[in-house]
Amino acid sequence: MAEIERETETPAAEEKIAVATQWQLMWWRFRKHRLAMIGTVLLLFFYVIVIGADFLAYVDPNESEAQRSLMAPQPIHWMDQGRFAPYVHPLKGIRDPKTFKRVYKPDLETKVPLKIIGHGYRYKFLGFIPSDLHLLSVEGAKPEETLFLLGTDLQGRDLWSRLMYGTQTSMTIGLVSVALSLFLGILLGGVSGFYGGGIDTVIQRIIEILRSIPTIPLWMGLAAALPGSWSVTQVYFAITIIISLVGWTELARVVRGRFISLRQEDFVMAAELLGCSQGRIIFRHMVPSFISHIIAATTLAIPAMIISETSLSFLGLGLRPPAISWGVLLQDAQNIQALAISPWLLISSVPVIIAVLAFNFMGDGLRDAADPYL
Amino acid sequence: MRATTMETLPLLSVDNLKTYFFQDEGTVKAVDGAGFDVFPGKTLGIVGESGCGKSVTTMSILRLIEKPGRIVAGRVVLRLANGKEVDLTSLHPDGEEIRSIRGAEIGLVFQEPMTSFSPVHTIGDQLTEAIRLHSKANKREAHALGIEALRNVGIPNPERRIDQYSFQMSGGLRQRAMIAVALSCNPRLLIADEPTTALDVTTQAQILDLMRDLQNKKGMAIMLITHNLGVIAEMADDVVVMYLGRVVEKGPVDAIFHNPKHPYTRALLDSIPNINAQTRVKLPTITGSIPHPYARPRGCPFYPRCPRFMPGTCDKEEPVLTSVGDRQEASCFLYQEGRDR
Amino acid sequence: MVAYIIRRLLYAVLTIWSISVLAFVIIHLPSGDYVTSYIASMSASGSAVSEGEAQALREQLGLDQSIYVQYFKWIGLILQGNFGMAMEWGRPVLDVIGDRLALTIVISLAAIVFTWALALPIGIFSAVHRYSLLDYIFTFVGFIGLAVPGFMLALLVMYFGYSWFGLNVGGLFSPEFAEAPWSIAKVWDLITHLPVPAFVLGISGTAQMIRIMRSNLLDELRKPYVVSSRARGLAENRVIMKYPVRVAMNPFVSTIGYLLPYVVSGSIIVSLVLSLPTIGPLLLKALIAQDMFLAGSIVLLLGVMTVIGTFISDLLLMWIDPRIRLGRH
Repeated sequence: MAEIERETETPAAEEKIAVATQWQLMWWRFRKHRLAMIGTVLLLFFYVIVIGADFLAYVDPNESEAQRSLMAPQPIHWMDQGRFAPYVHPLKGIRDPKTFKRVYKPDLETKVPLKIIGHGYRYKFLGFIPSDLHLLSVEGAKPEETLFLLGTDLQGRDLWSRLMYGTQTSMTIGLVSVALSLFLGILLGGVSGFYGGGIDTVIQRIIEILRSIPTIPLWMGLAAALPGSWSVTQVYFAITIIISLVGWTELARVVRGRFISLRQEDFVMAAELLGCSQGRIIFRHMVPSFISHIIAATTLAIPAMIISETSLSFLGLGLRPPAISWGVLLQDAQNIQALAISPWLLISSVPVIIAVLAFNFMGDGLRDAADPYL
Repeated sequence: MRATTMETLPLLSVDNLKTYFFQDEGTVKAVDGAGFDVFPGKTLGIVGESGCGKSVTTMSILRLIEKPGRIVAGRVVLRLANGKEVDLTSLHPDGEEIRSIRGAEIGLVFQEPMTSFSPVHTIGDQLTEAIRLHSKANKREAHALGIEALRNVGIPNPERRIDQYSFQMSGGLRQRAMIAVALSCNPRLLIADEPTTALDVTTQAQILDLMRDLQNKKGMAIMLITHNLGVIAEMADDVVVMYLGRVVEKGPVDAIFHNPKHPYTRALLDSIPNINAQTRVKLPTITGSIPHPYARPRGCPFYPRCPRFMPGTCDKEEPVLTSVGDRQEASCFLYQEGRDR
Repeated sequence: MVAYIIRRLLYAVLTIWSISVLAFVIIHLPSGDYVTSYIASMSASGSAVSEGEAQALREQLGLDQSIYVQYFKWIGLILQGNFGMAMEWGRPVLDVIGDRLALTIVISLAAIVFTWALALPIGIFSAVHRYSLLDYIFTFVGFIGLAVPGFMLALLVMYFGYSWFGLNVGGLFSPEFAEAPWSIAKVWDLITHLPVPAFVLGISGTAQMIRIMRSNLLDELRKPYVVSSRARGLAENRVIMKYPVRVAMNPFVSTIGYLLPYVVSGSIIVSLVLSLPTIGPLLLKALIAQDMFLAGSIVLLLGVMTVIGTFISDLLLMWIDPRIRLGRH
């Protein structure tokens, strides 16, 4: 196929391109990819939630109240008689005539004014700065009894606040797992690709074996093996290790492939002939050639980790209460009858889908931007 | 201007061909008014630097240009065996007519023989496909014809080779096989796009000999595209020099080489390293570089690099092909009437 | 070529052996053994198990010997075709698994067929008509398939089926056929219930395959041999189907091998959500009860299915790619 070869740009643009670093070039290409930019913005948004989960929640996520069980989401009313004065309706306890139990329903006559940035339950921002500021608060009433932006679950816990914390957990587990996989992948993949020979064969066979094992049973087995007595944090880290145990194989394959093709490049031989040490060859000459690909592959690996954690927790084999993650939140949705009357229990599936899409878009953009031949 | 001093009429006439590529950042005028003739039994050489539009021209002739490219103007007139003329630019790019011409009337040989063959189909598969497309031969007959075709291009042991894959052959054999495929239906014109660029010098000589041999045997015309002036000197009867999508000079090979008129042609010939040249003298080059396709200069496309640049003339309007000798034409204001010499 | 097959076969055997070891290790990871959980469930329901009874039970099940001995005994039995007793069910493992394994295979195959039948033509179309409206639509749907995990899709399908249509889309059989013996009518009932699970299981695999096929084909469409075939006078759709599609299929075929374990794995969670009587729910219960023979056998069988799938895909790849067949890499 005949192609027009563009020899030169205009002189000014040519200058800029000539001195641009690899990262600048990548950034310029990445910018043009609209979907990738959207994905990145969405992800930034998610990580703002991760950092500010405490601030964005308005009720302690573990505070349960059986009588507030399965409440429908209560909207915020923004205009009060023509003025901008957000308010919500509080709950009214009435005795159900049939069961004689006290049931809570919204009291449509009373209005409780909403405060943007107010005081609520205490927490420690970033783990050590005490604060009680929250994005939303109410005047003259308790948030637990009045604010139900996304409704409540079976135990009467506010779903909005739980979703904030769930986002925090799920988004960070993905990062930790992928960091582990990256480390293992680069180490083993690099050794395998750079040295070749016997060690390459051994590592390759291990990778093949691991990839042939059906992952879900493997994870189920490992997760079921975790003692029930372990603390939330211990379980958290155990789960990340479990997930990355299989995840590293994909990255290792990419790294190995790159090392193998780079090993034969002339510039590597040139470096050897110059007398560079092996370390220098690897880190100064070879790594920069493929680091962008690794970044792209890593980004694309994160959504798989997120889905893994969500699936495991959904089954009850991953994170356990009182830990909160998207998967844990979805456990309540297992009962189809309960789901039919309280569809808001499915709400945490939305951030999963958006996060996975966002990572995929961003990863695609990174991969396209990193490929010098496109 | 068409040369009709010879009795024979041209086999293929390209007239003011314009092929543009419409891209987001701008329009690339890959071929911008090219015109030349190919005569039966003769070899036309098209020479020029990378990016001058040689390959796009051949693709345009066979209507192989894909989006975002399009032929926007011009005619490509093929004279069929029965004397009828057909304008290839008027045919539907995927229609029956153009497909019956491809392979049967005009054969095409590509630069990279390795990637021009499918890696998962045998040579024979692709060879017999061409034969069966353009004739009534059945599988067995086509297979036999294929073996003959391979034998005609000098491939030893063609019965075995026909069932091999392209990666099982050396570069030279692959290129011969490529030629065999192109010639399998006895086209009257063979277009060879850089057929020897990917080969070493010895193989190059063999392939060129083969092509000349086949031309003599079958009386077919050859259109040879290359940037290698040595190949042109050896093979071509007539030469077309292209620059930035336009024909800047054309004429018989001797005239072009011994009496180049256009400054660009002169510069090209001067830049060939000469074994008899003075040593320790800097090799002559053409100053500057090819302009960006989106930033073509106004007027003559060559003027920014031309040693005979005439301000006020060359940067105002585009020159047209003017006769500068017997069947030789150049597109330069130096020779255009009505301008100061 | 024969050397290639033999090598692959050896690797397959090696892999299966490793899986058996892994399966065994995993089952035994949780502290305690079947007897401990048996005791726990007994005391939860009110009855107590004495120390002597526990010891007798252990001896009976062979749980009092060292782990290496247990492993070799287990492997020995399996090689004779005896998968042991499912402790909780009190029946041979093969009995318990039998039907369910068959159903798992049926569903997995249905999902794979669904995936292929959809992904191949859509992938080809998307590549050839890049940037057209349909291409964008398919890409979008593809992304959805990619982003929504199987079980979530199952949940959503069940929810919408229930609240919009009043259907309970779970299960593989209508109530009247569930326990009935096999008959033509039952087979037909199964077939009518297959679309939903096949769809849910297959959709994310489909999305992935569409992307792979599309990008492979896009790479090939630019190559000279495609133009070359066009220049010989071949009609456009023949040009596409005979050449670049054939070449683009190669990496596609090599992914078949991993399709089977992927689907089998995925089917486990989806089966739990959709209440399909397959291996998944059975495995979960067995793991929790530490029923070693049952859980170990299931994991081993799943692993074997996977290895077979990979092996088949290797053979397929070798068959269609002459470069591998004739020894050039």
